[in-house]
Amino acid sequence: MNDYFSEIGFWHHETSLRTYLIGFGLSLLLTLCAYVLATRHMLSRGRLIEALLALALAQFFLQAASFLHLRGARASRDRLVVFATAIAIALILVSGSLWIMFDLNQRMMLPPGAGTMMEYMQDQSGI
Amino acid sequence: MTGPTLMTPEMRAEDSKAVFGFFTYLMTDFVLFAALFATYAVLRSGTFGGAAPASVFNAPFALLETLILLSSSFACGLALLAARRENLRNTLLALSATFVLGAAFLALELSEFSRLVASGAGPARSAFLSSYFTLVGTHGLHVALGLIWMSALALSLRMRGFTRGNLRKLALWSLFWHFLDIIWIFIFTIVYLFGII
Amino acid sequence: MTHSMLFGTLSWSVFPTNVVAIGGGVILVGGVLAVAGLATYFRLWKYLWREWLTSLDPKKIGVMYLVVSAVMLARGGADVILMRIQQATSVGAHAGIVSASHFQQLFSAHGSIMIFFVAMGFMFGLINLVLPLLLGTRDVAFPFLNSASFWLFVAGAGLVNLSLIIGDFSTAGWLSYPPLSELAYSPGSGVDYWIWALQIGGIGSLLSGVNFLTTVARLRATGMTWMRMPMFAWTVAGSMSLVAFAFPVLTVTLALLWLDRTLGMHFFTAGGGGNMMMYVNLIWSWGHPEVYILILPAFGVFSEVVACFSGKKLAGYASMVISIWGIVFLSWLVWLHHFFTMGAGADVNAFFGIMTMIIAVPTGVKIFNWLATMYRGRIRFATPMLWFMGFVVLFTLGGVAGVVMAEPPADYQLHNSLFLVAHFHTMIVSGVLFGYFAGITYWFPKIFGFRLDEKLGAAAFWFWTTGFILAFGPLYVLGLMGATRRLDHYAAGLGWQPMFIVAGIGAALVMIGFALQVAQVVRSIRMRETLRDTTGDPWGGRTLEWSVPSPAPEYNFARLPLVHGRDPFWSAKHGGAELWGHEPYEDVRVPKNSSLGVLIGAFALLLGFGAVWHIWWLAALGLLGAVACVFVRAFSENTERTISGERIAHLEAAARRHAALPV
Repeated sequence: MNDYFSEIGFWHHETSLRTYLIGFGLSLLLTLCAYVLATRHMLSRGRLIEALLALALAQFFLQAASFLHLRGARASRDRLVVFATAIAIALILVSGSLWIMFDLNQRMMLPPGAGTMMEYMQDQSGI
Repeated sequence: MTGPTLMTPEMRAEDSKAVFGFFTYLMTDFVLFAALFATYAVLRSGTFGGAAPASVFNAPFALLETLILLSSSFACGLALLAARRENLRNTLLALSATFVLGAAFLALELSEFSRLVASGAGPARSAFLSSYFTLVGTHGLHVALGLIWMSALALSLRMRGFTRGNLRKLALWSLFWHFLDIIWIFIFTIVYLFGII
Repeated sequence: MTHSMLFGTLSWSVFPTNVVAIGGGVILVGGVLAVAGLATYFRLWKYLWREWLTSLDPKKIGVMYLVVSAVMLARGGADVILMRIQQATSVGAHAGIVSASHFQQLFSAHGSIMIFFVAMGFMFGLINLVLPLLLGTRDVAFPFLNSASFWLFVAGAGLVNLSLIIGDFSTAGWLSYPPLSELAYSPGSGVDYWIWALQIGGIGSLLSGVNFLTTVARLRATGMTWMRMPMFAWTVAGSMSLVAFAFPVLTVTLALLWLDRTLGMHFFTAGGGGNMMMYVNLIWSWGHPEVYILILPAFGVFSEVVACFSGKKLAGYASMVISIWGIVFLSWLVWLHHFFTMGAGADVNAFFGIMTMIIAVPTGVKIFNWLATMYRGRIRFATPMLWFMGFVVLFTLGGVAGVVMAEPPADYQLHNSLFLVAHFHTMIVSGVLFGYFAGITYWFPKIFGFRLDEKLGAAAFWFWTTGFILAFGPLYVLGLMGATRRLDHYAAGLGWQPMFIVAGIGAALVMIGFALQVAQVVRSIRMRETLRDTTGDPWGGRTLEWSVPSPAPEYNFARLPLVHGRDPFWSAKHGGAELWGHEPYEDVRVPKNSSLGVLIGAFALLLGFGAVWHIWWLAALGLLGAVACVFVRAFSENTERTISGERIAHLEAAARRHAALPV
């Protein structure tokens, strides 16, 4: 079917209700899986975090494919490049920040949630 | 009305360019949210003796929000499918459903915010709450903007029908709307689910 | 109560009271009034509004960018003069000419202005002027967005200048680190001015980034594959990809600081669980890519200039492209080198130190490629080439200083010293600014139809380079001797004064260089008939922009070119494939003017001003007005007009009488 949206390369011409239903159904499933895992405490904390992140990433790519129509069709190839770049930069930004800041917290021996920095600064009456 | 079949190659290239440009803008928004997520992750432990994530978040409530937003994302897809067949009635119907679900989501979020503020856990209480309100609130602002955009678009569709301009805006707006649901996946996981485990 | 609702925190005490600050305000107000008066006297308002302010032609937007940036360069340069006088005189018992607080405003304003409203402005100006021409296309991807971006940039610059008259500017440095920039330690309006000027200008930059990225990705001439693009287009693609993905981080960082200050949140506060180092982390993960955002297009300019004035094709095209993307990628992995001393572990510092050293490699590749391009070439030392020669020497030296500081142990000694100040000025002045000067001189005839005077250009170059060496050479030494940056006073016994005086003399020479550039423009306008470029190809160019008449017509290309290889104009001149067919001219559609861009800028200014002074009704009005303009534009139709084929035939026949390449 030659419609406006496929003519401009917005989606693949075979996109149909099925595409959206699959995206919606699987997203629902992944959301519920994550919810059940998190509320039933079936895994150890570390494992649970890994599992939840994996489920979120799966849903992320699923929705990108079925809702944002990033499916490697020729017309969306340059969008895929931009998409991959954004993911890479987001990863660098988040993981880099966490690495830097947690390393710093550890070395400054700031207990989580304490106002230690404030007290430290008040001790240094010059500041 | 410029029907799809009357598109010249130049028009196709032009609208395809608009999709690419808007998608690139969305990806910049994605990085904006990444910075907010990084901030949240770093400041999450900065509760300063106030409410901690586990005591603030309500899992079933967050699930309800998630399901509503996901359904509105789906309804948005239905609007596009109807627009492809140039069925104005169904397009507007699907858009209305999207709007109602989106507004319901926003109302739930605001009710949660006001509940927190009323219980003394407002954004100025601690770094954790500042970063929580800002991350989730920024998403909420996007949703509100999407609702306004959609209303203007629905109005334009009623007045002018399926012009090329309206179809193009519908495509761009749908990207925006689906993108908000994609961001919400991570808010649901990293803020709410990580908050209760 | 009513007063605070209507006027927020504004009061009569916001006007400046000290002599130097009043002087600045008087010059600013006088300048604005003089320009407005002249425009009224010569009845230019209608012309300006129709031909310039509301224009969506990227060439005109580019010229406006250059004008605003040149004005801001003068403003940032005035700050320099005051700072240099202060540091040369404020020794021992002498207090210098400005107060410590005023000195802090000077360096904060200088840095913010030079990066955001001079370097960025020159860059976007140049890109607007020539990118569509280089790509063989008629416009940028989103002409209206381009105008809106420009006016947001102007609104940001306007806000900085407004702080001269109403209230103060920030005293917290050009990046406003907390906790100093938090409300507890900077209670005035200064930091808010800084936040909103950068936020508004930054959003304009972000949108420009998306716009130019789309332009390169989607609007290249037929046959211009990626690997046939001029190098400038490649560097723009790299730089704009950094703009698109780094500026959102700046937007977030500024917004969070504003939330801290305005709504009492605790992102970066000392108390409340906040973490000020998170601010430093965030702002530099924008700030380091920003350095490469500025330098990459300058690299692109030099690539075009060196090839043109050496009469050879650019050496190592593929390695240039790879090194651009190497720089783009690595520039995301070095941001911590700006804060090695914050106390991170050795593994963290080592990683970022090594990445910083590695990023020098692709930069070195480019230097060698330029030198290889010159090797055995027939070099003409026109002014753009002079700027390149100055660049290649100074930039290499400054770059080596950077590699020294990439070693964390060395950085512990040099951090926040004048050595650092000298290093990054070498990169930004002799790298970025010299590059843009070369580009402006090189492409000036294409935009205005006549060349710039070579003699005054060369004189300006020599004043700039000698002045620069005199101004920053001593700063390297002083830095090694322990002089820190942002010093408004020092002890006489240190023996630093002579070198600060030399630095002051250097700055004065640079100012003479700038004055010579202004004189160069004035003289060239008066001598325009002798300097007229009748061929469209004044330098013996290689790329598509030289194939059209000078000044380039509004529609750029009468017939869209067909590209068969790199340097298509060069090969067409030398018997290669023709650039276009001989079919009759077709009608061309160009965007109509729009006043909505100007309005968006005006509303953004109201938003910023209202937010700085907590005049919330004004801020809301500005925000709603700007959003309304966007909606009006989005739903308006009939935004283009047609230039008929006959008219184009007529214009081309007149313009191409002396063309280098027959039609």
